[in-house]
Amino acid sequence: MAETTLAPPEVQAETLLDSNELVLNMGPQHPSTHGVLRVILKLDGETVLGTDCVIGYLHRGVEKIAENRTFQQFAPYVDRMDYVAAVSNGLGYCMAVEKLLDAEVPPRAQAVRVILTELNRIASHLLWLGTHALDIGAITPVFLCFREREEVLKIFENYCGARLTTHAFRIGGLQYETYDTFEKQCLDLCDLMEQKLKEYHDLLTGNRIWVRRTKGVGILNAADCKDYGVTGPLIRAAGIEWDLRKAQPYCGYENYDFDIPTAETGDTFDRYMVRMEEMVQSCRIIRQAVDALPEGPIKGKVGKVIKPPPGEAYVSIEAPKGELGYYIVSDGSLNPYRVRVRPPSFVNLGALDKMCRGSLVADVVAIIGTIDIVLGEVDR
Amino acid sequence: MPDTPNSDDKPRPAPSARPPAAAGADRPVRRPVPKKPAEMPCEPWEGALPAALQERFSDRLSRVVLLGGQKLLVAEIAAAFEILSCLKQEHGFDYLVDVTAVHWPDKPEQFEIVWTLYSFSANERVRLKAGLAEGQPVPSATALYSSANWLEREVYDMFGIEFQDHPDLRRILMPDEWEGFPLRKEYGIVQQDSDWVRENLKIESAQ
Repeated sequence: MAETTLAPPEVQAETLLDSNELVLNMGPQHPSTHGVLRVILKLDGETVLGTDCVIGYLHRGVEKIAENRTFQQFAPYVDRMDYVAAVSNGLGYCMAVEKLLDAEVPPRAQAVRVILTELNRIASHLLWLGTHALDIGAITPVFLCFREREEVLKIFENYCGARLTTHAFRIGGLQYETYDTFEKQCLDLCDLMEQKLKEYHDLLTGNRIWVRRTKGVGILNAADCKDYGVTGPLIRAAGIEWDLRKAQPYCGYENYDFDIPTAETGDTFDRYMVRMEEMVQSCRIIRQAVDALPEGPIKGKVGKVIKPPPGEAYVSIEAPKGELGYYIVSDGSLNPYRVRVRPPSFVNLGALDKMCRGSLVADVVAIIGTIDIVLGEVDR
Repeated sequence: MPDTPNSDDKPRPAPSARPPAAAGADRPVRRPVPKKPAEMPCEPWEGALPAALQERFSDRLSRVVLLGGQKLLVAEIAAAFEILSCLKQEHGFDYLVDVTAVHWPDKPEQFEIVWTLYSFSANERVRLKAGLAEGQPVPSATALYSSANWLEREVYDMFGIEFQDHPDLRRILMPDEWEGFPLRKEYGIVQQDSDWVRENLKIESAQ
């Protein structure tokens, strides 16, 4: 038997430990991946060395479908991308087609659009808050958030009959006039939210476990946000006061008085605080829009047949998750020649690897939650 | 055979006679409403930035326009990386919003790559387009913007356009072994990679 010579103990320990790179497969069927996201984690003990996202499980070829539908027929499909913020998806699409048509939207339609989109922002953030807290281990918030989200969905249901995939807007304006108690219900919801947000703050903001699980976790600074194209609450939490509703106002957002909440460090806690404050600001916008809701027509002069001239346009809005853009190319026919959706979730998820490196396995769950992805939008 | 007004052997009855011209002479003549222009409004883009770009890239930059009010540059594909780099380093376009492509199968340059850029300091958006033929190399923007990584992977996945010097060019939404590029125009809407479906899903068809 050959004699084996062992390396000195210190070298031995180092090589043995270093060679133990563990590959852990998380998802696609994992409760905290918010759908069907698969993350392959490279670990050294508890520390993440790198990640690789496998996406596409929900790919339905939305952009391909668009080329085979007319402009109107495609409108309900966009709701199925970010299905927790369907109203925002619809708004972006309608605005892009209106840009191609050079169509005017009447003031009343603009104001109702603002109200519904802001309500949707609240609903989207509530869903995020509930599930994010649940991922981290706080079970109560999810019930409270769903309770309040229900009130928002009731308004949608009363307005257009659908709760989730609303298809609330039409190219050129709105399909439906508001119902009798619309204004009152919106104002009641604002009152309710302001009261309930205090409840969430009581539960989480000062909670030591919550703070320890979120402060300093998944930091993405301002320079990295720009580099990775990350937008929405993530970039605001890193200290950049940038919101498309202020930077390039649409739908008359320039008429409303609201603030852009920001934070300093860009960690998970900051993003939590930014989103909480955004709900307050949304309530402010809703109140102003309801108070000054103009009378008048709800649909602009758009023909029954929508046939934009050949050309192209890129229109983007501030969706709850970040910059949602539509790049539409028209060849002058009834169907769009090409529809490209610039999804905020997809681009933001691209920074997951950067945010996870060097953190612990348990924090990966917190980081996925804090990006606020909807896989329907990531995969389209 | 019933005598229908549409039968071939009998011409349609003439439309009811119009009122004689004299009766309606004092009515204003209805002219057709002028149709909207059939093209998007396109005007030259003027200012310091387009002037600087035109001076530096001259004939490699074929169009510098405002298309429907949106800033648009059209360039040669060989100059694209240099233009992107110039826009980022010298003009502050620090956010690559989107990379995508459009397929025009009838044109000699089949594909059009579209980069959308934004500058936080100037609150300005610019779109850069470049055409390329099948198999022509495209420089990857990953060296300039990290966001280009996934966006270019999607373009590769959907159109089969290969980006040079991309660190990790593989499919992103479709399965790795999938045949064909779904967003090309010749790819049918219900087309699938039947071999892949049979092998991986153990069913005859996924439709």
